[in-house]
Amino acid sequence: MKKYFRSYFIFAICALVFAPGTLQAQQDKPWEKIPTPKLHEFKPHQPQRIELKNGIVLFLQEDHELPFVYGSVIIPGGSRDEDPAKTGLVGLYEQAWRTSGTAKLNGDAMDDLLEAKAAHIETGGDVDSTDILWDSLKGDSEQVLSLALDLFFHPNFSEEKLELAQQQMAAQIVRRNDDEDEIARRESAKLVYGANSPYTRQPELATIGAVTVDDLKAWHHSTIGGKLIVSISGDFDPAAMEAKLRAAFEPLPAVKIAPPRHDDFAGPKPGVYFIDKEDVNQSNVEIVGLGTDRRNPDVPALAVMNEILGGSFASRMFQKIRTELGLAYAVNGSYGYAWDHPGEFHATVLTKSASTVDATKAALAEIDGLTNRPFTEEELARAKDNILNSFLFRYDTREKVLAMRVRLEFYGYPADYLETYKAALEKVTVADLNRVATKYIHPGKLAILVVGNGPEIKPSLDELKLGPAQKVDITIPMPKQK
Amino acid sequence: MQSRCFPWFWKGVWALTLMAMAMAVAQAQDLKSFEQRITTKVLPNGLTLIICERPEAPVFSYSTFIDAGDVNDPSGESGLAHMFEHLAFKGTSEIGTTDYAAEKIALARVEAANNAYEAEFLKTVGRDEKKLAELKQKFKDAQTEAHKYVIPNQFTDVAERNGAEGLNAETELDDTMFFWSMPENRLELWAWLESGRLADTVPREFYKERDVVIEERRMRTDSNPIGRLVEQFAATAYVAHNYGRSGIGWPSEVSQINATEAMEFHKKYYVGANIVIAVVGDVKASEALPMLEKYFGRIPSGPKPEEMTTVEPKQFAEKTLAIREQTQPFYLEGYHRPDYRDPDDAVFDAIQDILSNGRVSRLYRSLVRDQQIAAEAAGFSPFPGEKYPSLFAFYAVPLPGHTPEQMRDAIHREIDKLKTADVSDEELAMFKTRTRADLLRGLANNQGLANSLAEYQTRYGDWRELFLQLEKVDKVSKADIRRVANEIFIPSNRTEAWIETQPAASEKPATAQQDGGAQ
Repeated sequence: MKKYFRSYFIFAICALVFAPGTLQAQQDKPWEKIPTPKLHEFKPHQPQRIELKNGIVLFLQEDHELPFVYGSVIIPGGSRDEDPAKTGLVGLYEQAWRTSGTAKLNGDAMDDLLEAKAAHIETGGDVDSTDILWDSLKGDSEQVLSLALDLFFHPNFSEEKLELAQQQMAAQIVRRNDDEDEIARRESAKLVYGANSPYTRQPELATIGAVTVDDLKAWHHSTIGGKLIVSISGDFDPAAMEAKLRAAFEPLPAVKIAPPRHDDFAGPKPGVYFIDKEDVNQSNVEIVGLGTDRRNPDVPALAVMNEILGGSFASRMFQKIRTELGLAYAVNGSYGYAWDHPGEFHATVLTKSASTVDATKAALAEIDGLTNRPFTEEELARAKDNILNSFLFRYDTREKVLAMRVRLEFYGYPADYLETYKAALEKVTVADLNRVATKYIHPGKLAILVVGNGPEIKPSLDELKLGPAQKVDITIPMPKQK
Repeated sequence: MQSRCFPWFWKGVWALTLMAMAMAVAQAQDLKSFEQRITTKVLPNGLTLIICERPEAPVFSYSTFIDAGDVNDPSGESGLAHMFEHLAFKGTSEIGTTDYAAEKIALARVEAANNAYEAEFLKTVGRDEKKLAELKQKFKDAQTEAHKYVIPNQFTDVAERNGAEGLNAETELDDTMFFWSMPENRLELWAWLESGRLADTVPREFYKERDVVIEERRMRTDSNPIGRLVEQFAATAYVAHNYGRSGIGWPSEVSQINATEAMEFHKKYYVGANIVIAVVGDVKASEALPMLEKYFGRIPSGPKPEEMTTVEPKQFAEKTLAIREQTQPFYLEGYHRPDYRDPDDAVFDAIQDILSNGRVSRLYRSLVRDQQIAAEAAGFSPFPGEKYPSLFAFYAVPLPGHTPEQMRDAIHREIDKLKTADVSDEELAMFKTRTRADLLRGLANNQGLANSLAEYQTRYGDWRELFLQLEKVDKVSKADIRRVANEIFIPSNRTEAWIETQPAASEKPATAQQDGGAQ
């Protein structure tokens, strides 16, 4: 399926342009004569929040439109917390937890039972958390909830299912250099955070081979003592649901809050990096640096800056590199912010081998432009319109409202974060944009990674005049044959 | 662990199918309640509008469904429908230009300059290189001149500034879809924008956008091992029908499409009778219809384009193809099957579900769980399109140390079981239950619902078929599955394709690494 643009790059990029402030006289603008009536009254439906004495938090979000019930438990602790010698543990845990099942009902029998009802229970893992999610038709919701709770409280990790998960992860490891895009994303993140950082270290055949069933049990035991967030949405009776969840979670001891992490975020070593891939005709250019976290009060201004850099069709990078130069289909860039640790500055351009240097220069010029080509009122107004007029889509369903509340609770942000964030976006000025660009955009601190077909890249990367390209070794370590 | 192969094979989840089990359907979701909320109107120009009222939040989503895709690209112009899709973002005579009257003249000069250049370029005998270079420069100059009138991306800019969310389009072999969501108070603005770009497309910045599309091809096909395999697979499986042709276009063809050809495609296929538009959300049909009729009435009427005459002939020779790549091994095979209107369409859905859906599926349990030879294995259908006779395909991702041949043999053993023994009552019931539940789940999403309504209205002439299909699903029997498996899954109807790992040319011949050959 070919699309007009590549939707999974939801962020933005970089810059220049056709001075958007100084357009030639336009002919009549008929669309400006179309009335915009007052938007229909709308108040997002907030879930009910219940905090148990032990610190566990429940959210109940009723939605009776369709006969389904959805539930989840979010558990703090994820891959950044695993033992580096066992990197991949969380990935194995999320598979083996569900596929092993419980003492009463093994994973295969659970599959049969659930699928016959078009119901699901799945377990997952992420960099900072793991979770168990379930859903079913209303009529089956009591039984599915009991099963999910049984799996949560009484998992029965099996040797056999761990091995199966290890095999599947091994298949991913040996295939991880097949796809250019995957290489570029992975290796550029490693340049930013470091190859051994908890955020980017990668599972190897040796580290996944070191994980045992006891490791999975120990992980489960230690993490479920954390501050759990339980949420239910859909077509259910809230009083009865609250009683059931209290009965299940209230007996647990007071939650243990993990001490805050103290990670070192040095950012990349500036320079040009290169990975040769002989079977491609397009270069994947990634320009990366360290970003910030969402608690930074400059985030609203940075969000507006991102919109101008690469967040829309009218953004500086899209306009210049795709529309004006026709050098790329996929182009984007933004100064990233994560909820509880620094995100990445990340600009990407995919261009044919021969135009690698031109496209890289064009992207760098847009990044430089953030600090040396002042923002205009026109750009500010456009970016604010883009963000604020579609802000509604962050909470236009009850499911989205709930998901945001759970996220805010997990990272310890106030429940009204979205409203204060929106108010702050509205106040951003051109002076703010110029200030944050100067403060956060340092072209000299960025690393440039090119994944592409070496012999086809002419002129060569030396033409960037940013020093010799350093080769990145991505060989997959293979354990010695036994 | 995310699945790594083939998300692009799954044509919208909602497009798949459905079923009616014994479970009572809650009132809000049955066909009758939808009939009360849906208004369908065919305009004098033949265009069909569907409005579904779902006032959960003050937003709406729309889907414009054009019954033409890359399967309709004329010979020698593969990739044209997709190229036109890109053009539909470039604005109209009213938006995206400082002076359309002057721009129109400049664009005509661009076209003339391109034609002169192409005529010289394509000379097989006596091409004058000096003249060619001059013509190329003239072509560039003409583009520069036309560009003076362009306000780049103004169409999308106006949409985005007014809150458009998820703004995009997709071109498939069978059809082209344009879509986004917006706050409900922008309905009229949307109608102006959408009707304008459908009725009044201007071939603005065409040749630069062609370069963008060629980059898209490099990304999706040339630089992606599975993309390369799939293109060769379809080209091998089909000998006559356009389903065998690269959808994004063969490089020599897509790089020579011109704006005149794109506008001819538009004239033929972007007529009222070939377009269905569905709007779902906080919209009152009684209030919105007169306004929508005014705007969408601008689209030219015209005859529904004639259907193509080519029907893929029956395959009688088993085919195989191997690609030797610097990537890990992979296996893919396909069997010709009838189009979506075939009475057995739901039987294919049943086979796909039983073989491939989740950890209970036969292929997962056999190849992944029990034999432990594959990381992933599934069947999918229809591919590469559904409007015309297509393929029922299977793929498997071997675990390290296992080969495509093992995948093939294991898949064939599972297919043989379907041919020689009935599926179980539980398997058949599970298919029907899941199909129904998937239909219901899809109703909670404005965009998904708009896409489904527009697609079903186009493909069956009635959106109700989205619900009525459940009846066909309910009628699928064990005997049907066995019969269809025996008819379709036979060697002479098969194309097999695989990737064999070959070390990079720069690498020394295998020394240390013998297992898996990972680079």
